[in-house]
Amino acid sequence: MLAFIIRRLFQAVIVMLAVALVSFSLFRYVGDPVATMLGQEATVADREALRERLGLNDPIPAQFGRFVVNAAQGEFGISYRLQQPVLELIMERLPATLELALVSGILAFVFGVVLGIYTALRRDGVLSNIIMTTSLVGVSLPTFLIGVLLIWVFAVELQWLPSFGRGEVVEIGGWTTGFLTANGLQSLVLPAITLGLYQMTLIMRLVRAEMLEVLRTDYIRFARARGLTDRAINFGHALKNTMVPVITITGLQLGSIIAFAIITETVFQWPGVGFLFINSIQFVDVPVMAAYLIFIALVFVTINLVVDVLYFVVDPRLRVERPARGQ
Amino acid sequence: MTDTTPHRTAISSDAGQPGGRLARWWDSDIAWSFRRSPVTVVAAFVVVVMSLAALFAPWIAPYDPFDPGTLNLMDGFTPPMQENQFTGNVFWLGTDDQGRDIFSAILYGSRISLFVGVSAVLFAMTLGVTLGLIAGYVGGWIDTLIMRIADVQLSFPSILIALLVFGIARGFIPPAYRADMAIWVLIVSIGLSDWVQYARTVRGATLVERGKDYVQAARLIGIPSGLIMLRHVLPNVLGPVLVIATIGLALAIITEATLSFLGVGVPPTQPSLGTLIRIGQGFLFSGEWWIILFPSIALLLLALAVNLLGDWLRDALNPKLR
Repeated sequence: MLAFIIRRLFQAVIVMLAVALVSFSLFRYVGDPVATMLGQEATVADREALRERLGLNDPIPAQFGRFVVNAAQGEFGISYRLQQPVLELIMERLPATLELALVSGILAFVFGVVLGIYTALRRDGVLSNIIMTTSLVGVSLPTFLIGVLLIWVFAVELQWLPSFGRGEVVEIGGWTTGFLTANGLQSLVLPAITLGLYQMTLIMRLVRAEMLEVLRTDYIRFARARGLTDRAINFGHALKNTMVPVITITGLQLGSIIAFAIITETVFQWPGVGFLFINSIQFVDVPVMAAYLIFIALVFVTINLVVDVLYFVVDPRLRVERPARGQ
Repeated sequence: MTDTTPHRTAISSDAGQPGGRLARWWDSDIAWSFRRSPVTVVAAFVVVVMSLAALFAPWIAPYDPFDPGTLNLMDGFTPPMQENQFTGNVFWLGTDDQGRDIFSAILYGSRISLFVGVSAVLFAMTLGVTLGLIAGYVGGWIDTLIMRIADVQLSFPSILIALLVFGIARGFIPPAYRADMAIWVLIVSIGLSDWVQYARTVRGATLVERGKDYVQAARLIGIPSGLIMLRHVLPNVLGPVLVIATIGLALAIITEATLSFLGVGVPPTQPSLGTLIRIGQGFLFSGEWWIILFPSIALLLLALAVNLLGDWLRDALNPKLR
């Protein structure tokens, strides 16, 4: 087990270093940092002095090493476009993205599991068929079209909910939250549905498939033979075994939610990290791009690492495999 | 080489029969399962019609949406199938703020969407199949390296990879060339985001084929590895690749539309369906619904039809489901 974790950890470090290398070459080779910082009137001597001071004359590996050390401390320089430290920009916007991701994640999980169980238990019911067909449409609709559609119906036609922004936010110790104002909560509804819908259909289909699989196994048949109630069998026995793969997949989907937030945030002008990233691509704002690259890679590598390790903790079969082979 | 002769004569005698190849194809399993599924027939019809319309857009479209000379600002915001109150012109699907005919814009837009989609799939397929063949046939550390990279990439959503690659590539291109190169950068980014599927499938199939007698025989008579991979293994692993490519096309079209919608895809001078939807979103609040609705429907129809074709192909080529 320890060997496995060390191997996975090693792999995670390699991936992060590769991403850092891409990010570093963006910094180093896109445009001329000296020209960007000094402007046109600078003399050659000024330029040389700045190059020396920034360490641009050092060997490339040394520069890369310094970049990694700086990145590890969250030091990514100053945004070309917004003239603010990148770390500050990201920290300002992170609460918006995390709140959106959290709410849509919870929505997706709760509705996904409930609908999944329902469609598995009432396999041939009319409502189940309607849900399954609708979910097919949900999967094939691109995220941005779902957002546009929701805006059209609920913001433009019915005028029930706001179509852009976070509404009023309250600041608590550096963390801005939209949970505490009515306006902020209303603003959250449409983006959260847009972001969560795809994940919800995914979880629903997974729960349904797993549940149907489990209901066919011998121990469920035995439980029925013992005369247990449907309720005890379905929720006490079947659901428990269904949830193991569902939880791991949901964990893996957490990263996807943060990634797909880029699209949702752009549709709803949500002031989060993804929207910042899209703007940085449009304006070729290299420090922000480089920082986001490292940020999102870190999120994914961490989630994958945690899920892989959790597999070992949750599923005892994986743990006994090795000693069993040795016997 | 003599062992292939009976097979060949069988084919040539067949082709000699009245009706020939076409009739034989009509009787084949695939054609039969195609005829049996009305949904697939409709999907194929939609794909063919939309592809032809896109291909011949300059001849079909009633207006040229990119020629400012033919645009009349007075035609702006004409609702579909209604006479414009100033000029009296009628447009099937209405016009946008510049007086551009939406129908023509969709024809030209799907041309860009399909071009990017098909090119991206071809790129991903070439890359994935090549790497998969090499990984499966050569094995060893090359196999480990390629598959490790594939595993890592698979843990990221493909749209994120496409976005990141696009952003990075855009950074490295000098500003003067950015607009001209955008479409190629887009193709490469979408292609790079989607090669893993091909590589994994082809590698798996190659591992199976590698152990078979015909490959051993080819090796024994001294055919170089590259030639064996290309001539002998490749044709036998292409079936599943075709299925992945079809479903991948739907994905590529949607990815392109998403990127263009986000404003980081094709340049505004060559609007794809995604760009049209992006433009239309601005007019949603002022009540000009047709500017966004029709391009969205076109995109959905295209993606859905290609997807359905892919699903059918997967089932038709899978003998287990027959």
